[in-house]
Amino acid sequence: MKNSRREFLKLAAVSAMGIGAARLGFLGDAPAHAAGLPTVGNYEEGLKAKHWGMAVYSAKFTPERIAACRKACHDEHNVPDIAGPKEIKWFWGASYEESFPTEHGHYLSEEVEHRQFPLLCNQCETPMCVKVCPTQATFQRPDGIVMMDFHRCIGCRYCMAGCPFGARSFNFQDPRPFIKDFNPHFPTRMRGVVEKCNFCAERLAVGKLPKCVEAAEGALVFGDLSDEQSDIRKVLREHFAIRRKPDAGTSPSVYYIL
Amino acid sequence: MYNAKYIIPGILFFLALALVPVVYNMGHQFEVKPELPKDQKECVLPTNEMRDKHMQLLNEWRNEAVRDGSRIFVNAKGQKYVKSLTNTCMSCHPDKAKFCDRCHETVGVAPYCWDCHNLTPNQKSPIPPVASAATGGH
Ligand code: SF4
Ligand code: SF4
Repeated sequence: MKNSRREFLKLAAVSAMGIGAARLGFLGDAPAHAAGLPTVGNYEEGLKAKHWGMAVYSAKFTPERIAACRKACHDEHNVPDIAGPKEIKWFWGASYEESFPTEHGHYLSEEVEHRQFPLLCNQCETPMCVKVCPTQATFQRPDGIVMMDFHRCIGCRYCMAGCPFGARSFNFQDPRPFIKDFNPHFPTRMRGVVEKCNFCAERLAVGKLPKCVEAAEGALVFGDLSDEQSDIRKVLREHFAIRRKPDAGTSPSVYYIL
Repeated sequence: MYNAKYIIPGILFFLALALVPVVYNMGHQFEVKPELPKDQKECVLPTNEMRDKHMQLLNEWRNEAVRDGSRIFVNAKGQKYVKSLTNTCMSCHPDKAKFCDRCHETVGVAPYCWDCHNLTPNQKSPIPPVASAATGGH
């Protein structure tokens, strides 16, 4: 009896290992990615600011450009491609009325009214999502970035109810089967956590600008809102810009130039 | 004691039952041989510290990197490393099955790090978690 139980356990362990090995069997080396691993030196040259913000030249955004930025962001962060009500979005496009529901005049310029606007988390100065999060999984960094610590998210979705901008998505299912262009350097999420744009905190840390800013070819300006000399402040001095839903009182750090 | 003739044997029987696994394994040594990297001699901390405390270290790394934005680890020798499970740990130990799993399966723990973190920085596609003890049962 004793022996057969041992044999059984051994066999079970060996087959578990076999299954483990089989799951890994199709993995190969992809040296192209390995070459791009960030080094300690890269992290020492991280970008710093007192208050990160973004200015959007909305007139330069066509639906194609929005799609290109969306793809760049979603590929970078392993955002799954799920259609329908379970969609997960970090960067997306929407009509004027959806983007600025409180600014709706009756006699708008047609060109503005029919424009598609790129939307993302506004990285608000007084973020409602942070206030309502019971576990502090959503928190605000000193540089203004509203971050998520996925390890702490319990999936209660208070932040989704709290955010006036619909900037958050819930993982109803395991996202991995829906990731097409996989980036091995960024983790995926698991079922039951909320996610959103993180202003590319992981890229700023190695001295790179956000991915959507790179893909937008000048239509997005990123920089330090507290620095009068910064590009973003120059752009905002020279153009009239509005923020989304000012009456929600969250004070977004993303400005839209009409 | 009221009913002692039932209670005391009962307690003894319970104790015996609870101690069976301890007695059964007494004197047995379990030996685990994880596959070590061939091109690296040193880990970020001495081997015995890593064996005992890698979970604490990873917990500290994740809090410091995600919450404080502090992403460089300096060890007692002054060597610097990036605080990253996939990009630092798993680039030296690229085969989870031959390194991590060998211990984890022997001692019967199932950390769910790999439900989100990628197996190596060279991984080609995401691994869909399977619902089994090996992945924490998610
Ligand atoms: S846009 Fe929504 S999710 Fe983003 S910081 Fe503001 S309240 Fe939070
Ligand atoms: S800042 Fe980064 S995370 Fe946010 S939408 Fe742009 S690319 Fe995506």
